[in-house]
Amino acid sequence: MATSEASTTYKKIQVRRYKPEENPEKNYLNEEKGLWAWLTTVDHKKIGLMYLASIAFFFLVGGILALILRTELWTPARSFLDADLYNQVFTLHGAIMVFFFLVPSVPTVLGNFVLPLQLGAKDVAFPRLNLASFYIYLIGALFTLTAILTGGVDTGWTFYTPYSATTGGNVIMMTLGVFILGFSSILTGVNFIVTIHKLRSPGMTWAKLPLNLWALYATSIIQILATPVLAITLLLLTMERALGIGIFDPALGGDPVLYQHFFWFYSHPAVYIMIVPGFGIISEVVSTFSKKIIFGYWAIALSSLAIAFIGFLVWGHHMFTAGQSSLANLVFSFLTFMVGIPTGIKIFNWVATMYKGSIDMKTPMVYVMIFLFLFMIGGFTGIMVGALSVDIHLHDTYYVVAHFHYVMVGGMVMAFLGGIHYWWPKMFGKMYSELWAKIAAGILFIGFNMTFLPQFIMGSQGMPRRYFNYLEQFQPFHQTSTVGAYLMGTGFLIVAIYLTYSLFKGKKAGPNPWGSRALEWQTASPPPLHNFEHIPVIINGPYDYHKPMSEFQLGVASKHNGHHAEETVDVPESAQEKA
Amino acid sequence: MSSTSATEEKRLDHVQHHFVDSEQQFESAKMGMWVFIVTEILMFGGLFVAYIVYRSWYPELYLEASTQLNAFWGMVNTFVLIGSSLTVAMAIRSAQLNQIKGLIYNLYITIGLAFTFMVIKYFEYSEKLGKGIAPGEYYTYDGLEHEKANIFFSIYYMMTGLHGVHVTIGIGLMIWLVVKAKKNVFHSEYYTPVEITGLYWHLVDIIWIFLFPLLYLID
Repeated sequence: MATSEASTTYKKIQVRRYKPEENPEKNYLNEEKGLWAWLTTVDHKKIGLMYLASIAFFFLVGGILALILRTELWTPARSFLDADLYNQVFTLHGAIMVFFFLVPSVPTVLGNFVLPLQLGAKDVAFPRLNLASFYIYLIGALFTLTAILTGGVDTGWTFYTPYSATTGGNVIMMTLGVFILGFSSILTGVNFIVTIHKLRSPGMTWAKLPLNLWALYATSIIQILATPVLAITLLLLTMERALGIGIFDPALGGDPVLYQHFFWFYSHPAVYIMIVPGFGIISEVVSTFSKKIIFGYWAIALSSLAIAFIGFLVWGHHMFTAGQSSLANLVFSFLTFMVGIPTGIKIFNWVATMYKGSIDMKTPMVYVMIFLFLFMIGGFTGIMVGALSVDIHLHDTYYVVAHFHYVMVGGMVMAFLGGIHYWWPKMFGKMYSELWAKIAAGILFIGFNMTFLPQFIMGSQGMPRRYFNYLEQFQPFHQTSTVGAYLMGTGFLIVAIYLTYSLFKGKKAGPNPWGSRALEWQTASPPPLHNFEHIPVIINGPYDYHKPMSEFQLGVASKHNGHHAEETVDVPESAQEKA
Repeated sequence: MSSTSATEEKRLDHVQHHFVDSEQQFESAKMGMWVFIVTEILMFGGLFVAYIVYRSWYPELYLEASTQLNAFWGMVNTFVLIGSSLTVAMAIRSAQLNQIKGLIYNLYITIGLAFTFMVIKYFEYSEKLGKGIAPGEYYTYDGLEHEKANIFFSIYYMMTGLHGVHVTIGIGLMIWLVVKAKKNVFHSEYYTPVEITGLYWHLVDIIWIFLFPLLYLID
């Protein structure tokens, strides 16, 4: 702690304690009323909730498509879909889940809601741009739905050329939909980066930035660097179909592998767009429910950036069998292993945070446990498919399908659910049923493993992905998988039911139901329209559970904004011992 | 800043609720535009990569096909755009000095130069399309021997076309600035939109400065 002599170079501000209001009459949900106020709001919290509704819708659509696929796969050959329709359904399942659920989910819903709260800001840097991002997302979604209704797409979510340039259906509509969606993603990234740089409240140094924000920062960097490349790739693909420009089409002298390079230059970093914000949530939840300072703050913060950086250098591992040079294969395989290092660092630090903590097994923490278990399996199998010799055998089999579902559903979706359960009381000021939440988490865990463990086995025995038909010997595995899928569907349904129920009948949550030290819990639940009634001042890190709560509820005492004031420091009594 | 005089109020009414002061708002907007420029560079970067890949595969194709491009008009356009970069910088200068008339005139000149650029581009395109030098499978010109000539022109049309879209967006932005300037929105304390549109315009200019030699001046 700086002494008064040493702090002469710093700005001095007068602070006092602001206890969050227990039951605020006015909050962001009731201050502006009516549908129009919602549709035109620039409030980051409401925009977050609108994203939540849209994303839940697309998750439902993608989930129903998945169940249709699994039902068809109950028996070999045709059960009720023909092969062409099957191709369309798996394409839409992939494209919708990836582009309309996984990529936007955590940043746009939880990021939008929590980021300014954690910074102590009133809003994101560009609130109108934020609203525009939401509508761009909707326009992209509209294009995609039009594509589904006017011919469909059967290329797989990767739109590989030359097939995507020549097949029937409405590929142009679909790629334009994703192209437009990309802008939503880019603008959200721009907004978050600027907000984190410029809108931190007094005292919020980089070293006190919550790890969730480090993760969102890393994610935003990937979003702004990778998404434009996807945009240009899809534009070239669209032109390929519309004008036959020939850059990717071998019949016209182009090169399809170039398309794969372009596509994966975005789409591999994109998997980190999906998972890294999940890491942020895990860091927050682990510390809160272990009641303990996070172990290895800088290791976790910087490993997010390391993942963002290395993640850009591994795209070639998707093309081990596509005729890349052996040298390129070697380098990409090595770099792929490198990503395991920062990821491993995170896992160890989370486990070390729990060590000797007083762990409270509330629902968000249950999801953290599920995440750690499933994501480990997903991560290690990723190392296996990243190994050159093994990948030749496993490439394009169900093993790969199982691997990325373990990472994406077992990792990212579980982290997302953990985050939703963690911040739900903050969002709506209501508690959900803890019992039902744990039951649902259990069902999801069992259902998930039933669905995807058999796929590892099938894949290693040679069951190719994206096939409508299969050999008799795989039937028991496929049937187990299908039962598991329905179990998971039931789990998600239960989650939807008790969360909706809690909105109407839930107990009041109070400002800080988990006893967290993080800044977003030091305001009322639901928060007021501009987040805080004061300007928060931060003197401790967000995970300093060894310090009293009063030190986390400080704000600027005067009417001043804390940027230009030249006043003497007035630290409350509890903090003075250290001063 | 605690002054409540009417002029002071007017000077500060541009500060949005979530910023503590004008400076923070300005810095945020500027940083936002710089980050956006990074995304633009990566977007064009994809096309530059396609350019490099095909040039390394078919170097002779580029030498041969670029002779079809008119270096003189390309040069004229380069000067037009560099000139417009100067005038947009002068527009920002005028805004900083509170010379709203100068701001409007400079914006008019910039818009005029941008239009000139697009008109020249239009004549270049129509001349080529008339000869049958169209992108991809619509390519019917037989004056070039190289069998992949269509690919060069696909890349040419994609790069200059995307650049043209950016010029058009820039024209739209500057017309919007003129409308706002006429409503007396800008003054020396608040000219953020002028500043960041200027940044954007310099980017459009710089991309052309790379496109011109890479496409027109190979031989």
